[in-house]
Amino acid sequence: MPINYYIFLSVALFCIGVAGVLTRRNAIIVFMCIELMLNAVNLLLVAFSKMHHLALAATDPNAGINGQLFVFFIMVVAAAEVSVGLAIIAMLYRNTHSVDINFLNRLKH
Amino acid sequence: MSKFIFLVPLFPLIGFLINGLFRKWIPKSLSGLIGSATVLASFVLSLLIFFEVKEENFHPVIISLFEFIHAGKLSIPFSFLVDPLSVLFLLIITGVGFLIHVYSTSYMHEENAAAYAKYFCYLNLFVFSMLLLVLGSNYVILFIGWEGVGLCSYLLIGYWFKNQEYSSAAKKAFVMNRIGDFGFLIAVFALINQFGTASFGEIFQHAPKATTGFITMVTLLLFVGATGKSAQIPLYTWLPDAMAGPTPVSALIHAATMVTAGIYMIARSHVLYDLAPVSQTVVAITGLATAILAASIAIKQNDIKKVLAYSTVSQLGYMFLGLGVGAYTGAVFHVMTHAFFKALLFLGAGSVIHAMGGEQDIRKMGALRKYLPITHITFLLACLAIAGVPPFSGFFSKDEILAAAYEKNPLYYIIGVAGAMMTAFYMFRLYATTFLGRFRGTADQEHHLHESPAPITFPLIVLAILAVLGGFLGIPEIFAKNAHLLGHFLQPVFAGRESGAAGHPVDVSTEWMLMGVSAGLVIIMVIFAWMRFSRKPELGEPAGFGKWLANKWYVDELYQTIIVRPLNAFADFLNKVVEKNIIDGMVNGAGRLVQYGSRQFRYLQSGQVGGYVLLMVLGIVILFVVQLFLRK
Repeated sequence: MPINYYIFLSVALFCIGVAGVLTRRNAIIVFMCIELMLNAVNLLLVAFSKMHHLALAATDPNAGINGQLFVFFIMVVAAAEVSVGLAIIAMLYRNTHSVDINFLNRLKH
Repeated sequence: MSKFIFLVPLFPLIGFLINGLFRKWIPKSLSGLIGSATVLASFVLSLLIFFEVKEENFHPVIISLFEFIHAGKLSIPFSFLVDPLSVLFLLIITGVGFLIHVYSTSYMHEENAAAYAKYFCYLNLFVFSMLLLVLGSNYVILFIGWEGVGLCSYLLIGYWFKNQEYSSAAKKAFVMNRIGDFGFLIAVFALINQFGTASFGEIFQHAPKATTGFITMVTLLLFVGATGKSAQIPLYTWLPDAMAGPTPVSALIHAATMVTAGIYMIARSHVLYDLAPVSQTVVAITGLATAILAASIAIKQNDIKKVLAYSTVSQLGYMFLGLGVGAYTGAVFHVMTHAFFKALLFLGAGSVIHAMGGEQDIRKMGALRKYLPITHITFLLACLAIAGVPPFSGFFSKDEILAAAYEKNPLYYIIGVAGAMMTAFYMFRLYATTFLGRFRGTADQEHHLHESPAPITFPLIVLAILAVLGGFLGIPEIFAKNAHLLGHFLQPVFAGRESGAAGHPVDVSTEWMLMGVSAGLVIIMVIFAWMRFSRKPELGEPAGFGKWLANKWYVDELYQTIIVRPLNAFADFLNKVVEKNIIDGMVNGAGRLVQYGSRQFRYLQSGQVGGYVLLMVLGIVILFVVQLFLRK
């Protein structure tokens, strides 16, 4: 399969994520959209990794392997981030009885 | 002997340091003694050097002390030039200076000890600077002395600085001199630029190779400096105001020595002036105009010191006329005789003021002949000398200048004689109203009148002898062959470039005629003024044209209107408009811009997470666009 399809898919996923972050007010949904963006990047990384591997396997058996390594790192970081983020949302709900991010403007003061 | 020349200015410098540093501790008698003794030491040394320079086979020597400025190819040594001209000035400065120091010890006795020592400290500093001025072997050393005497003049005019008017007069003198110095400095820079040196010898040697235009420019700029220091049109107005200083200061600085610095400088640069006929004409005409203008003002002044001040300006005008027509010896001769009789006149005036308890208005004097016999006799002799009555000294020197002026242009002679007649008139008007007639002051003043003590009368007598006999140093050729001792003495300096009585001027009968005419007219004027003012000494209020003269041709008012007032208005404009609106506006505007800008930027921090994210995304998009489409 040509690389273009992967690119289009992950760009579409990323844009959906951005749009969601910008437009939605529910913190959980915003959070999910951030995950969507992360995974769009992951998909792209894997796709390029595979492409490079196919192209250069003859000379270098490890070609493109670093892309896949990045993906693992991102997954690990994302998992940590999810646990922190969900904890923040839980605290938010406990304080405001809402998960609407527009209530989160106290940074200003 | 010449190698000890550095001691001549050193003595007054030591006196200045002692009196200046310890003025609070040393008693009055000691500070007066130090002040006078140091100048006397210089005088004695100058005399010894004079006898050496007088020898037939003497050649001018340059005594180099140390390197003063060294930059690239330019080297300016701190060196002294010993030649007849500088030695003559040394004698005048230290001789007359010593007499005036002696006079001051008595004249200033009412001051407290610290102020008394301060006075002598300034006076010694003045003598030091003046000696530096005449001894310097290049324009830079000359300029150091030139500025030094200007500073001392400022300090001494404003000696009684608590009086607002006196300190304004001091400021006026200083500012006027600065205007002149500006021209002088530019001339020196131009000379250094052209010749790569400031030394007189080298410049004069190479001067004929320079273009006439350049020499004319330089000489005119030097003359601007001379008009400031020597009180010529248009910068003369400071000198009459300088009479605010103590009277001995007026005698030493503002009559006998400092104001002749311009004459000395031009006489020293005569090689340049000989190459620039245009400048010579300018010098002669300016001198003549000043002589006439100041003499006409002096006729209607009622302050004894003001009359003498205008007479000084007028006599300086004659000296410049002499320089302008090439009679350098005549001009220097007149400097010398003028130093004698004008110092004598001022010191006599000081003695009168002293006796009158500070009164300076001649309308309130009269009949002082009875009370001040020595002052009266010496003052009369000085008046005869300055008026140019033969055989007193002023006659010889003035006649020499006038003869040379006639040779150049008979019109100069006619105007010069008119000025000499005015001189005779106002001097005898002054003499008659002061010493003849009846006393017009208060009874209290009359009771107080007394002859001054010996330290005051001694300098008067010495100067009177000099004023009477000084002229015989320059007897014209027509009276006796080779009797012009001064001309003979100065010949190495002005060699071959001489005109006037010291050289070989107009033929004998013409000179007899010129001499007879000027002497006759002057004597008629003396008798007329004597009769007129001894019979009717009350001076009425000036009316008509006399009012113009009494108000000094309104020159001060003219300067006030065309220079001072526009300058003040301009400064006011800068202060009130430029400073307030533009400068302050810029400073305050910068502050206000920052305040306004930050108030606008503050809205960005809304606290809305969505807003931050939106901006972030927009930022990324912009970076993308730049990266992809704009960066090639």
